[in-house]
Amino acid sequence: METILAQLLNGLDKGGAYALIALGLTLVFGTLGVVNFAHGALFMLGAFCAVAFRQFITYETVTLDPTKLSPWGAPLEIKTPMAQIWFGDFGAVLINWSVPISILLAIPVMLVIGIVMERGLIKHFYKRAHMDQILVTFGLAIVLQEVVKAIFGANPISQPMPVELRGSADIGAMLGLTPGMVTYPIWRLIYFLFSASIIGAVFAFLRLTTFGMVVRAGMADRETVGILGINIDRRFTIMFGLAAVVAGLAGVMYTPLVPPNYHLGMDFLVLSFVVVVVGGMGSLPGAVAAGFLLGILQSFASMTEIKAIIPGIDQIIIYLVAVVILLVRPRGLLGRRGVMET
Amino acid sequence: MTLLKRGLTRRRVLQTGMAGIIGSGVAPLMFTKGAWAQEFCNNPTGDTVTLGFVMPLTGAYADEGADQQRAFLLAVEHLNGEGDGGLLPTFSSKALKGNGILGKKVAYVTGDDQTKSDAGRDAARRMIERDGAIMISGASSSGVAIAEQALCQEMGVIYMAGLTHSNDTTGKDKKRYGFRHFFNAYQSGTAIAPVLGEAYGKDRRAYHLTSDYTWGWTQEESIKNATEAMGWETVAAVRTPVGAGDFSQYITPVLNSGADVLILNHYGFDGVNSLTQAVQFGLRDRQANGKDFQIVLPLVSDLMAQGAGEAIKGIYGTANWDWQLDDAASGAFTRSFGAKYGQPPSQIAQTSYVQALLYADAVERAGTFYPPEVIKALEGFEFDGMGNGQTLYRAEDHQCLKEVLVVQGRENPSTTFDVLQTVQKVGRDVADYDASIFEGELGPYDAALCA
Repeated sequence: METILAQLLNGLDKGGAYALIALGLTLVFGTLGVVNFAHGALFMLGAFCAVAFRQFITYETVTLDPTKLSPWGAPLEIKTPMAQIWFGDFGAVLINWSVPISILLAIPVMLVIGIVMERGLIKHFYKRAHMDQILVTFGLAIVLQEVVKAIFGANPISQPMPVELRGSADIGAMLGLTPGMVTYPIWRLIYFLFSASIIGAVFAFLRLTTFGMVVRAGMADRETVGILGINIDRRFTIMFGLAAVVAGLAGVMYTPLVPPNYHLGMDFLVLSFVVVVVGGMGSLPGAVAAGFLLGILQSFASMTEIKAIIPGIDQIIIYLVAVVILLVRPRGLLGRRGVMET
Repeated sequence: MTLLKRGLTRRRVLQTGMAGIIGSGVAPLMFTKGAWAQEFCNNPTGDTVTLGFVMPLTGAYADEGADQQRAFLLAVEHLNGEGDGGLLPTFSSKALKGNGILGKKVAYVTGDDQTKSDAGRDAARRMIERDGAIMISGASSSGVAIAEQALCQEMGVIYMAGLTHSNDTTGKDKKRYGFRHFFNAYQSGTAIAPVLGEAYGKDRRAYHLTSDYTWGWTQEESIKNATEAMGWETVAAVRTPVGAGDFSQYITPVLNSGADVLILNHYGFDGVNSLTQAVQFGLRDRQANGKDFQIVLPLVSDLMAQGAGEAIKGIYGTANWDWQLDDAASGAFTRSFGAKYGQPPSQIAQTSYVQALLYADAVERAGTFYPPEVIKALEGFEFDGMGNGQTLYRAEDHQCLKEVLVVQGRENPSTTFDVLQTVQKVGRDVADYDASIFEGELGPYDAALCA
């Protein structure tokens, strides 16, 4: 029971990341009809918003202490972050909470990046074949990751989580099980709750606002909405920006879990497409459901007992499920008729 | 127009000549570029000699690669008589004079192996074929080192391995042209098991998470054998992909596995990530089987310890060398490296620097760059003054035999570099083993012509 609960939590936390990326990918596909292979790069750019913010506030001044010597005989260097010099204790708080705070930076930055990307490049490919869209967005993803590599280097950059959130929570005890048997890192629980909140917010936005209603109408029948005098293209551009923000936020919050590098987006890209295909092209609930489902399956496939029966299953389970789903339900779990079908 | 009347025709002369050339076996050499100019691969004919350094500048072991590069450049500087001379004055062999190698100035080329075997092999091949490298050194992954070592054997170029800890490098995959200064997984097991037994008791249940490639496999096997021999039980050994990043799905099954020790057969960024994530999962705060849960990182480096931060505190591991050792050679190398780069050298820096010097020294002692003679100069070479005490390059498998360090994450480091402390120096006699316990053949001495 404890083992299953622990794996379930792990699956939810992994699934949260998959679902958030797949949600943005589906939003773009559902509104603009574009297969955006640069979506993983948006996740990576979000992560690097957190990196950039931290590097900015931890920029250090170096003073030499001539009374102390390093092991190689040079005066000892004392490094102090500029934020701490400028803001004192508040600077230390800023550094400690740099990841959550960088969300405030990531939202406008990702929104602008999304809108510029759509207006500057992707809009020219609306009427082109999906293959052209894939090629151009894949090329864009490579350009973006090389830019990040040139600025930040090729190596992963650690992003510490706030000291207060570094421990683990005794979930087992909370559920009345033996204390200490199911503990789970607090930050991973936060990541799951954060994912769920963002997903809920996106759905609420689409369901409960006039803007969302128009966008949904545009997704169903773009021409008719246009004939009614609504500038649906502008709304779709904003949706592209929103999808970039969702991917970016997923990236920001992911940085304390795995130190990001320039390749992070590519690592998630293929996986996210599998999630979207399993969920059903163009289906937002499908993307979310498939994200969590595949995250949970991947987690359970990593159990020692399962790996003892089928070695290496943890590496292929997601693709195996995709194959089965496509054979049994070619449109995916919640796919609509006519999407990407001729 | 018969032969009798006109003597030999032009065509007949050419035919006969070519038949003679082919018959005498000279033809293959005739068509080999520079065959007459050299009798072995990349024989340096000018006033410089080129060394090839291949390192992981990207990928899971990139931190190690960056330090390795610093060490190689420092070695070149010292070989050419620049800087403070580093370990040249402390090295027991006095063949190196600081005037290059055999009077030729040392030049170098570098390449990124991306922590991937194929990329490493490609880079090494390019250095041999295009840049004329007479020796290749580098790698901080055993998979890469073994691939490069095999290539160097084929091409007749000596390979001085960097950080490679798999038993296979000088075991089943050993090569006549390959030499390893770094210690191996078998020696880690021999060194660390008694320390673990004393610290955690002899009734423990261990769970291994293992990098899924040659190094991980042999370290898992060696640590398992050594700990089981003193009474520990192995609950499970689970393989994880290299560069996995997120190890959470492999750590959660540990929680209720019945294990009370987690052994992480991970290195580089993988080691940093799996250790920090295991600590985040609260493993070190747990009780299992009535004991405090423990984590062991059998191969650890300063760079990993710095990356892991708080999580490294109290964690046991083994190391090839530590910059805080108090012998004259370690002090000299730390001063030299620190003055140039503003940080102490890591164990990969030390082993890489030493390997470059050992090659140069062997050439000087052999009096030639001819690889078979250089190999003979290295085989059975006994030396001191490089920071690892009295050391032997064993002739049977090209494995260096020397002290092994058991280290532990320091609880209260005084600086950001002071993260590991040596808790035991395991003597060379204890870390020694019979070379024949591992399979494999060194292969021939024969010089090849870069092919």
